[in-house]
Amino acid sequence: MNETEEARGGSESAAGHGPERQAAGGQPHDIRAVGAPKRPLLHFLHRYPAAAPAIVLIIAVAVFQFLNPRLLRAQTISLMLQQLAVLGCLSIGQTVIMLTAGIDLSVGAVMIVTQMIMAELSITVGLPAWVALVIGLGFGAVAGGINGGLAAYIGLPPFIVTLGTLGVFTAIGLFLSAGTTIFFPNPSNLLLWTGNVVAFGNFHVTTGVFLMILLYLIVAYMLARTAWGRHVYAVGGSPEASQLAGIRVRSLLMSVYLLSGVLYGIGAWIQIGRVGNASTNISANLNLDSITAVVIGGTSLFGGRGVVIGTLVGAMIVQVFETGLALAGVQSFYLQFAEGLLVIGAVAIDHWIRALSTGSGRA
Amino acid sequence: MTQSGERDAAASTEGSGSTPVLAAQGLSKRYGPVVALRGVDLELYRGEVLGLIGDNGAGKSTLVRCLSGAEIPDSGEIRVDGRRVAFRNPLGARRAGIEAVHQTLGVVPALDIASNLFLGRERRRPGLLGTILRMLDVSEMQRAARRDVERLGIETLQDITQSVETLSGGQRQAVAVARAVAFGSKVLIMDEPTAALGVRESGQVLGAVKKLRESGLPVILISHNMPTVWELADRIQIMRLGRRIAVVTPRSHTMQEGVALMTGALNIAA
Ligand SMILES: Nc1ncnc2c1ncn2[C@@H]1O[C@H](COP(=O)(O)OP(=O)(O)OP(=O)(O)O)[C@@H](O)[C@H]1O
Ligand SMILES: [Mg+2]
Repeated sequence: MNETEEARGGSESAAGHGPERQAAGGQPHDIRAVGAPKRPLLHFLHRYPAAAPAIVLIIAVAVFQFLNPRLLRAQTISLMLQQLAVLGCLSIGQTVIMLTAGIDLSVGAVMIVTQMIMAELSITVGLPAWVALVIGLGFGAVAGGINGGLAAYIGLPPFIVTLGTLGVFTAIGLFLSAGTTIFFPNPSNLLLWTGNVVAFGNFHVTTGVFLMILLYLIVAYMLARTAWGRHVYAVGGSPEASQLAGIRVRSLLMSVYLLSGVLYGIGAWIQIGRVGNASTNISANLNLDSITAVVIGGTSLFGGRGVVIGTLVGAMIVQVFETGLALAGVQSFYLQFAEGLLVIGAVAIDHWIRALSTGSGRA
Repeated sequence: MTQSGERDAAASTEGSGSTPVLAAQGLSKRYGPVVALRGVDLELYRGEVLGLIGDNGAGKSTLVRCLSGAEIPDSGEIRVDGRRVAFRNPLGARRAGIEAVHQTLGVVPALDIASNLFLGRERRRPGLLGTILRMLDVSEMQRAARRDVERLGIETLQDITQSVETLSGGQRQAVAVARAVAFGSKVLIMDEPTAALGVRESGQVLGAVKKLRESGLPVILISHNMPTVWELADRIQIMRLGRRIAVVTPRSHTMQEGVALMTGALNIAA
C-alpha cells in the first residue's frame, strides 16, 4: 500500500474513523468489561423496579403497627383497601402515561367530571344506569383522547397540556354539579355496584377493590406480555429509536392516553360506589397523589422504566402513611412531610439507576 | 488483491444494464436553511457492496435515511426493483425488505437485547394465546435472537436478556447490526456500523458484510475508514456538499484519489 497519502486521508485511516469514534468509541478493549454487573444492588433495583417500594411498604407497616397495633386489624385493613381502590385505579393510567415519559395532571379532574356525568345521566336524566356508565366511560376516553391528541399529534408537552385540561375539566365538573351532591335513591343502581361488600370473616372487601386488582392484572399483562406493552416502554425510553424500528409513535401515545381515560372512568365508577353519591367535593389531592404513587412505586419520570405492580405498592404506601399517621394521632402535615420525603427518595433512586445507563453509554 | 477477479466480474454485470435493486434519482432534502441533499442519484445492484464516502455533513446519512424511510425527501424518486416507491416511514421500507443500521443506532436502551432485535415485529404465541390474548412468544424470540447474534459471531453479547442500557457503545452497535442482518431481506444499509467497535468486533461485522455479499444481498456501506471501504466495496459513491461527485471502483481509483475527490482537491465529471 502506498504510504504517501494526503494528510487528511492518512489521518483518517490511521484513526480508523471520523469524529463519531471519539464520541462513541473509547478504548476497544473496554467492550467486554462494561456489561458485567459491577454494582449488584443497582442492577437488582434496575431489574426489579418494584423491589425498593416493597421494602418501604414492609418497613412502613411494621413501624406504624408498632406505634398503633390497630393498623393491622381486619377493620382497618378493609377500610384502607376501600380507600385505596380509587387512587389505585387512577394510578394505573398515570403509570402507563409516565412510562411514555408523559405525565397527567388532569387525572382527578377527569374522574370527577366523569362521575358527575354518570350520576347526572342516571339520576337527573333518568337513563338506564348501564347507559350512563357506558357514556361516562366514553367521556373518560374522550378526555384522554384530548390530552393524547394535543400531546401526541400536536406535540405539546404533556405537562402543559394536562395542566390546561386540569383547569378546564375542574370547571366543567363544577358547572355540572352546580355545587350540589347527587344521591342515589335506589341502592341497586348499577353505578353503586362497586360499593358492594364481600365479607371474608372480618374482612369487608368491596367489589371496587376486586375491580381495581383485576385492572392491575390486565394492564400488567398488557405491558409485560404484548407487543403494545413493549412499544410503550420503547417509546418512553427512546422515541426516535422506536420510530426507526417502525413503531407508530403517535398512535401508540394516543392509545395510551385513551386507555388511561377509560381507566379514570372506571375510577369514577369505583368512587361513586365507595361513597354512594357523586359530588365535586372530592379531595383535589388525587391528581398529585396518583403521581406520588407512581413515582414512589419505582416508575421513572423520564419514561421507559417501571412496572404497574410497583404503582400498586406505591399507592399502598401512601395509604398506609395516611392511615398510620392518623392512628398514631399526629397532625396531618406530617403526612405531607413524609410523602414529600418519599417522593424525593424515589426520584433519587431513579436518578441513581439512570446513571447506570448513561454512564455505560459514555464508556 | 486476490479478489480483483471477482470485482471485475461484478463490475461487468453491473454495467450490463440490469435493473438496480435500489435506485434513487434526484433526491433533494433540506432542513430549514440547510440543504442536505441537492439532487442525488444512487444505484445499488444485486450482490454488490456499494461504499458511500464523503466528508462530515456531505449528506451520506441523509441519503440513506431517505432510502430507508426514516426521512421523506422533498423531491426525487426512489425505485425498488425498478418500481417507484414512496416510503412514508421506516415500516414501509422494512416491508420492502430494506433494513438499516443508522448512525444513531436506533436501539432502545430500556429494553433487553432480544426485545430490541424484534422491536416492531414481535412474534406472538401460536393459537388462541396469540390471536386473542396477543401474547408474545418471549422464549421463541429469545431463542431466535441468540441464534442471530451467534450467527453474526459477535461473542461480546452473551446474555440476550440483558438490557441494552447496560451495554457499552460498541455492544449497542453490535445489537443494531445483528438486527439489520437478521431481517434485511433485499437491501442492507449500514451507516458507520463499526464506528464504535473494537478491532475484533469490527472484523466480525465486516466479515458478516462479506458473507452477505456472497449470499447475493446488496449492501450500502458508509464509512470514514478508507482502507475498509477499498477492501470491501465493489463500487464507491463519493459525495460532497449534498451531491454525488463520482462513482469509482477500488480498481479504477486509489484511496488517495478517492479522498482527493471527496475533499474537492480533485474534480472529475460525476
Ligand atoms: N435532522 C436534521 N436537522 C437539521 N439539519 C440536519 C439534520 N440532519 C442532517 N442535517 C444537516 O444536513 C447535512 C448533511 O448531514 P448528514 O448527516 O447527512 O451528513 P453525513 O454525510 O452523514 O455526515 P457524517 O459523516 O458526519 O455522518 C449537514 O449539514 C447536517 O447539518
Ligand atoms: Mg452520517
